[in-house]
Amino acid sequence: MNSRIEVCYKIPDARSRVRKNDFFSNGFNKKIKEVFIVDVYTINKDLTKTQLVQISSMLSNPVFQDVSLTNPFSQKKFNYAIEIGFLPGVTDNVGNTAKEAIEDLLKIKFKDQEGVFTSQITFIDGVITENEAHQIGLNMGNPLIQRIHIKNFKDFIKEKGMDIIVPKVNLQNKTQVTQVNLNVPDEELKIIGRQGIKNNDGTRRGPLALDLTYMKTIQNYFKKLKRNPTDIELESIAQTWSEHCKHTIFADPIDDIKDGLYETYIKKATDEIRKKKSAKGRSSSGRDFCVSVFLDNSGAIEFDQKYLITHKAETHNSPSALDPYGGAITGIVGVNRDAIGFGLGAKPIINIYGYCFGDIKINYPLYKDPHLKQKMLPPERIMKGVIDGVNSGGNCSGIPTPQGFVFFEKRYQGKPLVFVGTVGLIPKKIGKKLAYKKQAKSGDYIVVVGGRVGQDGIHGATFSSEALSTGSPATAVQIGDPITQKKLSDALVKEARDLNLYNSITDNGAGGLSCSVAEMAKESGGFEVELEKIPLKYPGLEPWQIWISESQERMTLAVPKNKWLKFKKLMEKRGVEATVIGEFTKSKKCLVTYKGKKIMNMEMDFLHDGLPKRPMKTSFTPPFHEEPHLKKNLNFNQITLDLIKKLNIASFEFISSQYDHEVQGGSVLKPLQGKGKINGEASVTKPLLNSKKAVALSQGIYPTYSDIDTYHMAACSIDTAIRNLIAVGVDPQKIALLDNFCWCSPDDPQKLGELKRAVAACYDYATSYGTPFISGKDSMFNDFKGYDEKGNAIKISIPPTLLVSSIGIMDDAEKTVSIDLKNPGDLIYLLGETYDETGGSEFFNLFGAVGNKVPKVDAKKNLKLYKALYRSISFGLITSSISVTRGGLAVALAKMAMAGMLGIKIKFNKPIHLFSESQGRIVVTINKKNKEKFEKMMKGNPITLLGKVTEEKKIIINNKDKKIINLDLSSVLKNYQSTFKNY
Amino acid sequence: MKPKVLIFSGYGLNCEEETKYAFELAGAKGEIVHINDFIDGSKKLEGQILAFPGGFSYGDDTGSGNAFASKIKNHLWEKVLKFVEKDNLVIGICNGFQILTNLGLLPALDKKYGVREVALVHNDNARYTVRWVDLKIENNTPWFSGIKNISLPIAHGEGKFYAPPEIMNLLKKKKLISARYCHDEICKLQNLPANPNGSLDDIASITDETGRILGMMPHPERAIFFTQLPHWTYFKKKSAKGRSSYERKPIPKEGHGLQIFKNAINYFKK
Repeated sequence: MNSRIEVCYKIPDARSRVRKNDFFSNGFNKKIKEVFIVDVYTINKDLTKTQLVQISSMLSNPVFQDVSLTNPFSQKKFNYAIEIGFLPGVTDNVGNTAKEAIEDLLKIKFKDQEGVFTSQITFIDGVITENEAHQIGLNMGNPLIQRIHIKNFKDFIKEKGMDIIVPKVNLQNKTQVTQVNLNVPDEELKIIGRQGIKNNDGTRRGPLALDLTYMKTIQNYFKKLKRNPTDIELESIAQTWSEHCKHTIFADPIDDIKDGLYETYIKKATDEIRKKKSAKGRSSSGRDFCVSVFLDNSGAIEFDQKYLITHKAETHNSPSALDPYGGAITGIVGVNRDAIGFGLGAKPIINIYGYCFGDIKINYPLYKDPHLKQKMLPPERIMKGVIDGVNSGGNCSGIPTPQGFVFFEKRYQGKPLVFVGTVGLIPKKIGKKLAYKKQAKSGDYIVVVGGRVGQDGIHGATFSSEALSTGSPATAVQIGDPITQKKLSDALVKEARDLNLYNSITDNGAGGLSCSVAEMAKESGGFEVELEKIPLKYPGLEPWQIWISESQERMTLAVPKNKWLKFKKLMEKRGVEATVIGEFTKSKKCLVTYKGKKIMNMEMDFLHDGLPKRPMKTSFTPPFHEEPHLKKNLNFNQITLDLIKKLNIASFEFISSQYDHEVQGGSVLKPLQGKGKINGEASVTKPLLNSKKAVALSQGIYPTYSDIDTYHMAACSIDTAIRNLIAVGVDPQKIALLDNFCWCSPDDPQKLGELKRAVAACYDYATSYGTPFISGKDSMFNDFKGYDEKGNAIKISIPPTLLVSSIGIMDDAEKTVSIDLKNPGDLIYLLGETYDETGGSEFFNLFGAVGNKVPKVDAKKNLKLYKALYRSISFGLITSSISVTRGGLAVALAKMAMAGMLGIKIKFNKPIHLFSESQGRIVVTINKKNKEKFEKMMKGNPITLLGKVTEEKKIIINNKDKKIINLDLSSVLKNYQSTFKNY
Repeated sequence: MKPKVLIFSGYGLNCEEETKYAFELAGAKGEIVHINDFIDGSKKLEGQILAFPGGFSYGDDTGSGNAFASKIKNHLWEKVLKFVEKDNLVIGICNGFQILTNLGLLPALDKKYGVREVALVHNDNARYTVRWVDLKIENNTPWFSGIKNISLPIAHGEGKFYAPPEIMNLLKKKKLISARYCHDEICKLQNLPANPNGSLDDIASITDETGRILGMMPHPERAIFFTQLPHWTYFKKKSAKGRSSYERKPIPKEGHGLQIFKNAINYFKK
């Protein structure tokens, strides 16, 4: 028996009003009068009338809600009712909570196939057509994960409301293991690699992303074993060998670089820096602070004598293109597990985010298929969904999210980039054990904890190793469940870890169990898994699906047998499901059985290291762009205002103010600074309540510079990421970096050439600055292959993008410097030099130009300056400071002024240089009585006294006694805040 | 002897550690207890102060604070009643406040504990909102003793205070409104509206009739250090005319939120 409980507000519902405004902004302002929301719980279980009454009363609040079991709610009159609910198998967090609450209330248990499912009806009163109702439905829901059910008033009355729909998963699979015949021509091998294993009905199971070289290697391996692989074996290899997991483009030989880009540039840089720093000795201030780099789920550096800080950034691009909310929440909650899965488990303490979206002001529809049936989501929709997803994921998890950026460029329309990262905190030692080391031992139980396995996220790893196209599987979409993970995280890092109940832990991310178990088994030397023991969300999953599913919120642990009962009991007490699924061995074998039958039996060596190297060749032709013809008499006032309201410079307060940055009590420098609430470039957080020490975070990213030269793009990103921390008061010797490469078309030698240049710059600049990379990740296939409005095939590739995230340790949080001007009369200095470097700048972008003069970085000169500034800050001489980034000097000065709501009056010689994005520059203000002391301390560095802070709220910039900029602060602020005002 | 504070945790509550730290800094002995440890009896609901910290219990699913309150009602209700009947203190912060209203521990008119009379509903902007607010203290609950005005941060999606008219009248008549949002220091500084979420009558905090049970949306535990204030860097470097000595003054170690926790400790010194 199915029951339907409807709940609605009896007082004005803010959600309805906001939704109505959304419809209005989509052009329905004349057609829609009222919007009314009803929340629905559909319960698939036999229940008595009394029980249902009890449930209704629990699921609603009589103070402001009405609840109904029998009569559907509606407005007295309406035009259309649109109900949106989840498709079968999609994570329904509210439904799951309701189920748990009902079980607790009535002391009953739901059986496997019973459940609670939520949906929501939006009643629209107005004069919309059926077509428009469908359009609105598609704007609210996403057919990939949701059902959209529409009824007009007449049908609604006739049929007594909406229909009862139970999105139960009904799988008819025979749960068999099949052999895959690899004794086939190469052409067929190619197809298997690209489209997947063939089902009996002729359909394909989805991409393995294995090319012919790989397929041949696998063919040979099984030839030697004198048998064909099973489907689970082939799928397992595909996961493990995927670009997503093995990063072959960074690992394989490229041109004459035998050891590949990662070993030769990234890792080597870190090794050399560590060696140099170690030579200084343990007590020196510039000593090596790296503790665990490139080995684990995150990289770790020393925080203080007792603690380490971990950091890791990830991307979740492809899923976010299909389901922005689900993709983003899964991303943020997923990267939290890179902290929880570091060492024996670090506590997630800070989240970071970064978004690259298509231009939200351009409407240029894209389709996945030539028949124009599968429309891609427009950039604005993707933006809203992604922002919402990280909102839910970060806020629900109780992890502050102070640091992030947003960047817009039309080439991200086909594939947005969603960067998410997590900083963790872990003691160096737990008892006598080093907490950053882990070792699964032969004989330990393989234990999975957390969520159950469903069909969600199958082929995520191989899917993201390909361009986004028609074949992209819907099952790749998942929705994260932050509360299940919060329970898991608390139970592990706040309890089980310190009780020493397990030997090793890792995250279940890409490739699911197939990767996490196999990876951890390297520590012991083999594994044996009994697949039928893995708890499932619903029956009917095929064995290979269970093995590679990326269902979220799961960790894999190695639990010694004698600690299992204690561990299990603790997890039960915390409402966390824990299951033994097998044993770690030292057999050098990967063994999987299903109901007693061996279905996977391969050597560990082959699985991990059997993939052949695929040497790559690159080329590089420097591009040339037309220089823009700028007018002689440019209106500098207008340019400044136009820049300040550009998508990439304007205030994104609407994001900062919906991400909790104060939870855990460590906020020092917030995302919005000063009276004007200006988005700063860096944030500072105190991870330990009883310590003055702090963590500063920032980033550097310049995708448009890639159009000129990726070498300088990378150099600028590194310099900016470092400089942003210097500006808030971080010691240049205590900064570490993360690299996240998001590239495109890796089959194009030119793009590979551009990659090689960027990675080479990473080596050059990391070593010059002495800032080691401690962790990194790459995502190589950020191309969209689809169709435009006319059905013409098109390919859109993102601009080669490198996000450099920076993390710095501060000894004293109270030394932090903010960007806001503080005192009239303070002197304003520009540190560093400005050149004619407007190539790829926001300024040139105003004129639709790219140019060629990309900013270049002189690390030696800059480092000297940064060290001197750090000293000045340590002596308390700096009252405010800002790192000069996108938009150049004029924008930086404007931000300082708006943040402090004080004016500036300065002189500047070369007007056009106000918009140059030359690197290595910081603007600072000082009290004039400190002039001599400051200038002495900065001696030998290029510094320029520009002018002073004024009481009068105006930005005045003079060039040879001529006012070239004269703006009221209020109008600058208005422009700065105007861009995203209605978001 | 230090008063003992028990702080709830579990199922998505997430401010228990900083809440415990604030209480301990103020002079109490704190212990974080997972709700399931109360339920299975391995921990006793004892001591002088009970805190429901902020967080996202059950992800706000089925309404903020609702599922957690339901769990308490199903398992711990008698024990909680016993605790509040004694001369003890109870505080619910943010999600904790939402739990207390769902439990009917607030406002509990005529001391009828257990009836839902007020609610915290979706913010007017229907969005999770993080900012600082100014508060004016309105009644003489021991929690706010000696405080007239205070600025604290908020972070919530469902913080709009709502009560039906007849309940609202009683809240006023019985002086159960303990703090209202007002336009003061922070709002002037950052040009913000006083009321962050559309709360009726600007209500940010209420108490029961004894004044011992307090619920508040703002987070005092996030304002116990000077460096948590949104304008601390400004204060530190501000050297306005006639105040030039300000710079040289030692930085205060405290944020003003700490006073609320100190008040609770002082209550048991009487």
